[in-house]
Amino acid sequence: MMGRKRDFRYYVKRTFFYSFLLLLATVCVIPLYWMVRSSFMVNTEIYSMRPFVFWPKEMLWENYAKAWNSANFPVYTLNTMIVVLSCMAGTCLTSAMAAYAFSRLNWKGKKQCFALVLSTMMLPGSVTLIPQFLIWRNFNLVDTLWPLILPSFFGGGAFNIFLLRQFFLGIPRELDDAAKIDGAGALQIFFRIMIPLSKSAMVVVALFTFLNCWNDFFGPIIYLNSKEHFTIAIGLLQFKGDYGTKWNLLMAASTLSVMPCILVYLFGQKYLVEGIALTGLKA
Amino acid sequence: MDKKKNSEKKIRANLTGWAFVMPALVGFLIFNLLPMIMSAYYSLCEYNIIGKPHWIGLANYTALLFGKNETFWVSVRATVLYAVMAVPANLVFSFMIAILLNREMAGRAFFRSLFYLPCIVPAVASSFVWLLLMNPDYGLLNELLRLLHLPKSQFFWGADSVLPSIVFMGIWGTGSTQVIFLAGLQNIPRVYYEALEIDGGNAWHKLWNVTLPMVSSTLFFNLVMGIIGALQVFSQAYILTNGGPNNRSLFYVYDLWRQAFKYMDMGKASAMAWLLFFVVIVLTAVVFKTSDKWVYYEGGED
Repeated sequence: MMGRKRDFRYYVKRTFFYSFLLLLATVCVIPLYWMVRSSFMVNTEIYSMRPFVFWPKEMLWENYAKAWNSANFPVYTLNTMIVVLSCMAGTCLTSAMAAYAFSRLNWKGKKQCFALVLSTMMLPGSVTLIPQFLIWRNFNLVDTLWPLILPSFFGGGAFNIFLLRQFFLGIPRELDDAAKIDGAGALQIFFRIMIPLSKSAMVVVALFTFLNCWNDFFGPIIYLNSKEHFTIAIGLLQFKGDYGTKWNLLMAASTLSVMPCILVYLFGQKYLVEGIALTGLKA
Repeated sequence: MDKKKNSEKKIRANLTGWAFVMPALVGFLIFNLLPMIMSAYYSLCEYNIIGKPHWIGLANYTALLFGKNETFWVSVRATVLYAVMAVPANLVFSFMIAILLNREMAGRAFFRSLFYLPCIVPAVASSFVWLLLMNPDYGLLNELLRLLHLPKSQFFWGADSVLPSIVFMGIWGTGSTQVIFLAGLQNIPRVYYEALEIDGGNAWHKLWNVTLPMVSSTLFFNLVMGIIGALQVFSQAYILTNGGPNNRSLFYVYDLWRQAFKYMDMGKASAMAWLLFFVVIVLTAVVFKTSDKWVYYEGGED
């Protein structure tokens, strides 16, 4: 690459390449831009097509206040925070525990157990959906946040276990051997060595859990019925039902719901992209 | 003496292992295995949630497969059509983006983050934006079509355009597939390309003789996950179309959800779930079986 002569053809090719890339990047960004742009407008501007309105004449910040107040957004946000934070805690703890058992401890049945856990990745969610619903109904927990929270305290999903296991396998064994000689038990090794040394992988798991929980709407539409238990995802759906024609408010509410995800992504994108590459799996 | 100590140690090690894996294992039993058994049983019952399940044998299955008033085959058709369009479209597009992002360029990290961005937007929010963009009367897309002198489209509201519209919207969110392809591309040793250059190969030779064989295992993985994902498409039907217009986007899982939670027919919905599970297993097995014909693993067969 370095020694190649940069002739005219090279620059033509590069120009072509960058134009193509920029075109695709524009297409990729337009929906997000459209969301933000519409959220500041009056509805007549949104409907106006000839000419296009690319940016509102006047930025209507009050659209955000209106959207926030016209639905139960404070309640939705609180519910979402409860679910998201609990799921993050449960997933990080129990998936790391399982990953530790699968990567470091020697016990009978380890291989079979690991195969079972991995096999759940192939299982379509719809197969377990109905009985799960009936089980929660049996315990009178439908229309509470529990069905969304509790499962994360039981393993936190095969994907996270697999990701953390891959990471734990890369931590030198000498470290736990040294700790063992000093008399440390499995629990101490887990909390004092494995967890602190795999901060970056734990961040990935925490971020994936955040994004998945924040964006999940399948769980909420199955389990939540009353508005005071809604999360943001289905609160937004409800909002469309009630204010469907007020595009500016709908876009403001959508932008509000995307914002935390963008912030989390900006904070952790380096880890996230590494995490997907590490396991070759999707969130 | 020593032996006894040793076996005690072994028991201790076993107990520790099981203790650490216990939450995940209990989770597997309660949230996966037990529900699977239950749903297999319900699929053989008439069960409308209020009464008790009542054994009817294979009647749910035969009603679905051969019944007259069923939406079953309509939903199968919609889902297969969607998968046939979406899986190749997503693969080709994300592979193309990955190849672009793998080139040497200024601001590579920036572009990579940018193309992944749509992936993190909540499905509900992104669906709403596409609803606005694809609005037949004042949406941006129809205006673009007009500028290109192409006919207008009804997008989600047209019987023939609804599936392509959903596929198009899906392409926008293929960031994680791109990242997986990118990881595969980065594993290709440069020497292969250099060797081809010495032999006078052009860009097409590089793609066909080096890149494609070397990413075939990644392609295989993305294909399997893509098929499984496409067969379970749900949210677009729920948020955007309610299965319409004219049942053209009545996707399988959406129909299943409707059977279970709208018509409260848990038995039939469970039967649908098991049929889907069966198809997923068969398809995955077929792709796995044929994979040794076209997937190349650098380390050889394991």
